[in-house]
Amino acid sequence: MNPMTQSLFDKPQTLFDKPQTLFDKLWAAHVVETLPDGAAILFIDRHLVHEVTSPQAFEGLRAAGRKVRRPDCTLAVADHNVPTSPGRVGAEADSVLQLKTLEENVAAFGVPYIPIDDPRQGIVHVIGPELGASLPGMTIVCGDSHTSTHGALGALAFGIGTSEVEHVLATQTLIQSKPKAMRITVKGRLSPGVTAKDLALHIIAEIGTAGGTGCVIEYAGEAVRALDMAGRMTLCNMSIEAGARAGLVAPDETTFAYVRGRPMAPQGEAFDAAVAYWRTLPSDPGARFDREVVVAAADVAPMVTWGTSPEEGAPINGGVPNVVTADEERALEYMALRPGQGVAGAQIDVVFIGSCTNGRIEDIREVARVARGRSVAEGVRALVVPGSGLVKAQAEAEGLDRILIDAGFEWREAGCSMCLGMNPDRLTPGQRCASTSNRNFEGRQGPGGRTHLMSPAMAAAAAVTGRIVDVRELGVRELA
Amino acid sequence: MDAFTTLTAVAAPLPAANVDTDKIIPARFLKTIKRSGLGTHLFDGLRYAPDGSERPEFVLNQPAYRKAEILIAHENFGCGSSREHAAWALLDFGIRCVIAPSFADIFHGNALKNGILPIALPRAVCDALMQDAAMGGNARITVDLERQVVIRPSGEEISFAVDPMRRHFLLNGLDDIGQTLQHEASITAFEQARAATQPWIPAIPVI
Ligand code: SF4
Repeated sequence: MNPMTQSLFDKPQTLFDKPQTLFDKLWAAHVVETLPDGAAILFIDRHLVHEVTSPQAFEGLRAAGRKVRRPDCTLAVADHNVPTSPGRVGAEADSVLQLKTLEENVAAFGVPYIPIDDPRQGIVHVIGPELGASLPGMTIVCGDSHTSTHGALGALAFGIGTSEVEHVLATQTLIQSKPKAMRITVKGRLSPGVTAKDLALHIIAEIGTAGGTGCVIEYAGEAVRALDMAGRMTLCNMSIEAGARAGLVAPDETTFAYVRGRPMAPQGEAFDAAVAYWRTLPSDPGARFDREVVVAAADVAPMVTWGTSPEEGAPINGGVPNVVTADEERALEYMALRPGQGVAGAQIDVVFIGSCTNGRIEDIREVARVARGRSVAEGVRALVVPGSGLVKAQAEAEGLDRILIDAGFEWREAGCSMCLGMNPDRLTPGQRCASTSNRNFEGRQGPGGRTHLMSPAMAAAAAVTGRIVDVRELGVRELA
Repeated sequence: MDAFTTLTAVAAPLPAANVDTDKIIPARFLKTIKRSGLGTHLFDGLRYAPDGSERPEFVLNQPAYRKAEILIAHENFGCGSSREHAAWALLDFGIRCVIAPSFADIFHGNALKNGILPIALPRAVCDALMQDAAMGGNARITVDLERQVVIRPSGEEISFAVDPMRRHFLLNGLDDIGQTLQHEASITAFEQARAATQPWIPAIPVI
């Protein structure tokens, strides 16, 4: 507000006149009470619950004789530990017990639950936005770090531990200290063949896996505005790999068009009222961020990780650094790579396409585009695991499953699968995997497994060539 | 949660940065529906060879550190997933305090909620403590939460910062839910106000 206007109102500048960030607005709208030490009791609009991080929370409720305060704000689904084999056969006994425990808990506590055989089942971070359960302006939590995905809608969404899951179940709130605000502005447009995943890996390589610690990152700039919702979700999803609590993209027409008509979203006049509110959320001009980073979109190339931390990544035509730290040396030894050596050309054994990072229909279309008329290289096992049953059905309606199956890919049921290797979808020791997931930690996809993170198109190129290659060299065909 | 007041114990040096939660407790051990019993799989990949035998070079397998209650590591300890199993595994093994230059946010919160004290100290100080820890059973480090100091075997005191509310909860072994429920009236008022100003927020339907 300029001084002239302010004098018209004849009052000192108040808190409300101060330009606010999107994050400030989301935070302020959910503070129930500020505690003496400055932490806030924060109201939670949506709590997504899955089978792995909830059993001990329900057990805690039971032991204390507490109930779920707001089942109408809670949605449960099993995803991490479910078999993704066709027909869902081959579940391990302890996985079955975990699933059964979830089913017993949601029944006992009256929590809405999407059963495993429901077509809407899927990875919690895929189904939340897909069903319209996750909406702009909300606070969204889940006992899973990649809850940051939902920030793509312009919601404050973050992962919590099991004690906090119990806390939200019992109180519909969390005690939180306000994180710092960081903005990453991506100037210009991404080059053809460069995706949101490449942008995410580029940013993490720049700022490091602790670059966003203690922060909520708002992604801004032309390249971010140009992303579709799937791309924005991929970008926000990876915020946690930069150490951030959450990622955010301001809601805009792309967001509203995505949310409109989703089954659990407001409909009709209620939707219009919601949009009117959501339009007030973007950061005000002049709002102050604690930290600003600017990235030139033109500098982003298809990225591949070479090490065992998401920050250990490089452009496909770049390479592993010549001089490495002790940690990097250990990473290279684990990955069976040498300093100075590029990852391009490395032979791969397994390709994993899926996860909450890249398991949406847009990702599967990318893979099909590369796979069409080609075949999976000899000796390579390539899995496509849709992020949800609805993604799977959509892909089948578009005939993408046929393209992929004809090319020699495995077409599987929805779930987390080889992203974390909890169920039988695991790498064996020494196997090298081109993966569209988000973590390349030692043993993440199975003990001794070697993970290279990359985009769906790059993973598809790896599948059909048997090597890590630049997908742009393959030439991308259009879908018929 | 057990209260944390002071702890005098052997500290195990783990000189690595970005010790992630998959390293602390790999996903295949997350199938449990209990909090207890995860200690045997703490650092599973580092601690055991593929045939299940112990790797003698791993610090917690060495006689001096089998009963360590303090862990000293490098930057960004606990990065990765939100699994509270990481904190439960440390606790089940007997670790009550982790000292590192920095911690990942979610792990930091999870640790505190389970009576494990994460202490962030500058890298140089961690390196000095790492040297103390290298003396194994011959050196004990004391952590005094009341006074907010770490006491080296030499007697030197190093003060550390801790969130005052968390300190209060730890010292008294309080759990968050009980505390929050004292504010129940505010929560109800908030819910009512929200339903009035944003009536368009839908309920999740019963499926
Ligand atoms: S797909 Fe992977 S990262 Fe996403 S929720 Fe599942 S296990 Fe976590």
